[in-house]
Amino acid sequence: MTKLAGIDVGGTFTDLILVDDATGEVRLAKVPTTVDNQAFGVLAAIESAGADPAGLAAIIHGTTTTTNAMLERKIARVGLITTRGFRDVLELGRRTRPTPYGLTGTFAPLIPRELRLEVAERMDASGAVLTPLDEAGVDAAARALRAAGCEAVVIHFLHSYINPAHERRAAEIVRALWPNDFVTTGHAVVAEYREYERGVTAAVNAAVQPVLARYIERLAGELKARGFARELLVMQGNGGTVAASMVAEAAVNTVMSGPASGVIAAAYTGTASGEPNLITYDMGGTSTDVALIQDGLPSVSSELELEYAMPIHVPMVDVTTIGAGGGSLAYVDAAGMLHVGPESAGATPGPICYARGGTRPTITDANLVLGRLDPDKLLSVKEPVPLERVRALIREHVGAPLGLDDDAAAAAILTIANDKMAGAIRMVSLGRGHDPRDFALFAFGGAGPLHACALARELGIPKVIVPARPGLTNALGCAVADVRHDYVRTVNRPLGELAEGEVARVFAAQLREGEAMIARERVAVERIDAVHSADMQFQGQSHILSVAVPDAALSLAQLRERFEAAYWLRFGVELKEIRPVLVNLHTAVIGRRRPLSLAAIAAAAPRPTLAEARIAERSVWFAGGRVAAPVYRREWLPHAASFTGPAIVQQLDCTTVIEPGVRARIDAIGNLVLEV
Amino acid sequence: MHSTTPQPAGTQPALDPVTLAVLQSGLNQVCNEMDLAFVRAAFSPVIAEALDRSDGIYHRDNGELIAQGELGLPVFVGTMQFSVQAVIERVRARGIPLEDGDVFIVNDPYLGGTHLMDVKFVKPFFHQGRLWCWLANTGHWPDTGGMVPGGFSANATEVEQEGLRLPPVKLYKKGVLDDEILSIILSNIRVADQRIGDIKAQAAALATGEKRLAALLERYGADTVDAGIAELRRRACARMRARIAAIPDGVYEGRALVDSDGVVDEPLTIAMRVTKRGGATDATLAFDMSGSSPPCRGPMNSVIATTKSSIYLAVKHVFPDVPINAGTFEPLVIAEPHDTFLYATYPRPVSGCAAEVSQRIAEAVFAALARAIPDQLFAAPAGTSGNLGVGGTDPLTGRSYVMYVISGGGYGGSARGDGISNGCSTIGISKTTPVEIMEQRYPVLFEEFSLHEGSGGAGEHRGGFGVNYRIRIRRGEAVASMVMDHGRTGPQGALGGADGGVNRVRIVRGGTAYVPPHLSKDQNIALTAGDLIEVSTPGGGGYGDARARPRAEIERDIARGYYTREQAQRLFGVAL
Repeated sequence: MTKLAGIDVGGTFTDLILVDDATGEVRLAKVPTTVDNQAFGVLAAIESAGADPAGLAAIIHGTTTTTNAMLERKIARVGLITTRGFRDVLELGRRTRPTPYGLTGTFAPLIPRELRLEVAERMDASGAVLTPLDEAGVDAAARALRAAGCEAVVIHFLHSYINPAHERRAAEIVRALWPNDFVTTGHAVVAEYREYERGVTAAVNAAVQPVLARYIERLAGELKARGFARELLVMQGNGGTVAASMVAEAAVNTVMSGPASGVIAAAYTGTASGEPNLITYDMGGTSTDVALIQDGLPSVSSELELEYAMPIHVPMVDVTTIGAGGGSLAYVDAAGMLHVGPESAGATPGPICYARGGTRPTITDANLVLGRLDPDKLLSVKEPVPLERVRALIREHVGAPLGLDDDAAAAAILTIANDKMAGAIRMVSLGRGHDPRDFALFAFGGAGPLHACALARELGIPKVIVPARPGLTNALGCAVADVRHDYVRTVNRPLGELAEGEVARVFAAQLREGEAMIARERVAVERIDAVHSADMQFQGQSHILSVAVPDAALSLAQLRERFEAAYWLRFGVELKEIRPVLVNLHTAVIGRRRPLSLAAIAAAAPRPTLAEARIAERSVWFAGGRVAAPVYRREWLPHAASFTGPAIVQQLDCTTVIEPGVRARIDAIGNLVLEV
Repeated sequence: MHSTTPQPAGTQPALDPVTLAVLQSGLNQVCNEMDLAFVRAAFSPVIAEALDRSDGIYHRDNGELIAQGELGLPVFVGTMQFSVQAVIERVRARGIPLEDGDVFIVNDPYLGGTHLMDVKFVKPFFHQGRLWCWLANTGHWPDTGGMVPGGFSANATEVEQEGLRLPPVKLYKKGVLDDEILSIILSNIRVADQRIGDIKAQAAALATGEKRLAALLERYGADTVDAGIAELRRRACARMRARIAAIPDGVYEGRALVDSDGVVDEPLTIAMRVTKRGGATDATLAFDMSGSSPPCRGPMNSVIATTKSSIYLAVKHVFPDVPINAGTFEPLVIAEPHDTFLYATYPRPVSGCAAEVSQRIAEAVFAALARAIPDQLFAAPAGTSGNLGVGGTDPLTGRSYVMYVISGGGYGGSARGDGISNGCSTIGISKTTPVEIMEQRYPVLFEEFSLHEGSGGAGEHRGGFGVNYRIRIRRGEAVASMVMDHGRTGPQGALGGADGGVNRVRIVRGGTAYVPPHLSKDQNIALTAGDLIEVSTPGGGGYGDARARPRAEIERDIARGYYTREQAQRLFGVAL
């Protein structure tokens, strides 16, 4: 049995890719997302693809259940048991303010004050016990929280990252009387110092745990009832999967899983087509996600924030989100400056051309007016708005105030939007010591391929890759994702004070832990890889730099050299006079699943010649004016087709704009490769 | 020096609106990247964690602000252009040659500065062999010498007691660090061994800016960028005027009190008279502080650069959407308050100006504008940085240390809702350092870090709450100093709202309690293992009549322990 299904739930659509490894058969499905319970959409997608769950070897599922729960605050009632004197940490935090300027705005902690209880206990920074744990106090606090209707509980003590004994003992006491498994300890979620960040991460875990557990239980039950006998796998924010039976333990790992699957698909596709260094560019309706992939590995960060003052310090694919999407609004301010975003027309009213009552111009409207989008092919628009009305509204809001004609006004919107996105790409590349010219731009999402050529030119990126199915990239990411577990241990000592072999021992222990975890999951993996890294700093600093450790057995001198090299690359500074400190050791334990052939996904309906793939000619605006550009149907492009822009390539859910002079070709696995 | 005074606005070559917008974000990005590089590589926790730094681009001839990083510390918004101007004047007066790779260092408060701990690096940027602009940054060093570890003296009476004062001198010459100047600096400050890391980080941030700016000029051409800068200045000015024009014409008065100067135990008054005149093309806000207290003996004097910058940042807090460059400040007309404590001259001590007096000046501006445009204002925020410095030697390691604690406090209520709790200082965007990091580095134990109950000023929209913390010295001897404020009167309420709760400090030495005579300011309090420092920070002011607050919200606040039932009855004037 070799059939597997990758299913990704997005804001609007639930996408499915079903691959039969033996026959090479691929089936795709796109059904509306069922917002209240995503499981219905998932089942509908399987049905729509004509698949029988009983015949599937694996289902890999990307869900936004926990993301939505957090954003809408539809979370479980959670209680906190914490060190005496510190119950307000989660409310006071390391507060700044919501915006650098302006002194208003709000913040609500995940756990309200009346549900935050204290017990006597205390460790110092070395892990020595200063006050023993008040076990009777823990028992009483747990009973009080249960009586107050809490469904989940967090145990969060100071310095538990260095000595978790009190948290462990308290958890035993609580579990003995807690009616379910929803007991989270801070050190188990993230064993790193910084009490606010660790506490919030643990609180997020507890807040979404019951929500996720219920969802997965129901979905797994429905699948089982339909004969699915294998393990359901769930995508995590680190870009790997975990077995459904274990996913709720570390529910926080799924909170930012949405963008990760697209990045995983990009890494997989890029590596397969000989481009392991990529900048991913996923532009959707309201925002754009950008990430960096080096040597086929996505950058991972443990310092992301879900929203203001909501840090989630577990390893996650390092995705930068900016407020520019197809629905971003364009406007001219009081001083005559043109802006695009971050305010978005959203799903309702949406862009003017979606005919849902929108009257303010968006990026999508600009693309339409300039001929880049096909007015007859707007997804899910029943009664289109006349093009002339879109043009008139752009004139009113942008053209007239700036003294620009219609095309110039629409083009100005695109230029400003592209500039903003290019800025974000510069920050994730140059800002981290990488030159964007060493990367290819991997464009997907509904709107990414519309802008990719222009962006690449702006940034000096030589090559753009548009995958065969840009609208199904996230589902593909699910289908190809490996099993992954991350471990981190705080060391926090000067390198000079460590003994040779100590680092290797930690890495080995973390690898063993991961191997045991994967064994528990009963998932078929071909081999297990470990990716090690070290967080380091110079003594006295508080920020860390992540240093890749390709060989777990490297010497301390080698580790120091690697750190100094990485520091030079990032900051251009040499500091021979200051001692390096080893802060954390990370190990990602990755169970490699059997690779999937992408050629199968690419297989479309190629026509023998380019001319036969041509469906129309359209007047399209490019820098310098309008030209008549051929329009091709993506599925019909011949194998190894090669041509030069200007051209438009259309497919069901995506349009690629090929600027004049850009060389385009279809590669062996169906990617559209653009040399800009 | 070659002079290329820009043409007057209006005669610039026409720039298309798209290029203009792209240049604006391009210049901002140069600054943001400098900010980021500085923070990530810095050693001083005040820079790395508290973000007490700023980076910007300044005009080659007059030092005016061209662009500044969006996450730079607000109080530096205006001050750095004064520092750059001081460098330009010195270069001109002394005929100092400028070379590629030079970096000036300066921290003289009277030369466009703040307090001595804010050390500026100013670097000439050359394009095609000619001076094109200045790049500059400021970073708060944890110590610059002086009578108190950390520099926040509470009772210095002359600037020499406050630390090492550096006039603009070249720390880097043609890209090479001057070891002689460096050794003078390092011999005069505490915990000097890590400063080399901050110096290199601060210089590297400017080098990053240099690379990015060169790319921008390469791409668009120097003439176009020049024209863009002039146009952006004009537009920012127009935008600020548009916001000011919407304020009704009139004179609005606001007042704020500094507890004391740290030496003489009497409050200092800031009397702020704001006059609005004019329409969309000529609107101005004039600021007159002439009725304020005379210069003071202690370190609560403010240098004029800080006084002006405080007004700029206050207005920016009220109109956050207006971009920052020199044009933003043009409609703000500030009468220099000679002969008051807001216009300090040598050798008046000034260590409290950047962190505390600046926030009282902002508070006075808020109070005045709350009378003019109440819907857009808010009651006073806690408005103190709550600086506590503890210095000593840890007998376990034999190393000396300087520990800084900065705190937030409650923000004021506003038309939009209650104030947040533990917001950072008005002039900062600082994150407090985690307790776990403090305890790793210093021989102290935090026994409490909690919400300052009852401190939110009552109002229809109440103020946010301050913080309580209690620190026990675990090992060795130490001295504690503090420069805080709002110990005597709480942050002001607005539109009938009550004032927020006051700042409190209490020391327990050898079992005996000690409250600083000036309440919020004291220095070199000798402590030994087992002694305690207890601090409670102010809550924000309330907004609107407390009796209008919905009953359910009062009950919720009681359930959460924000107020006791008795407190709530008294403060909100209801029988519960």
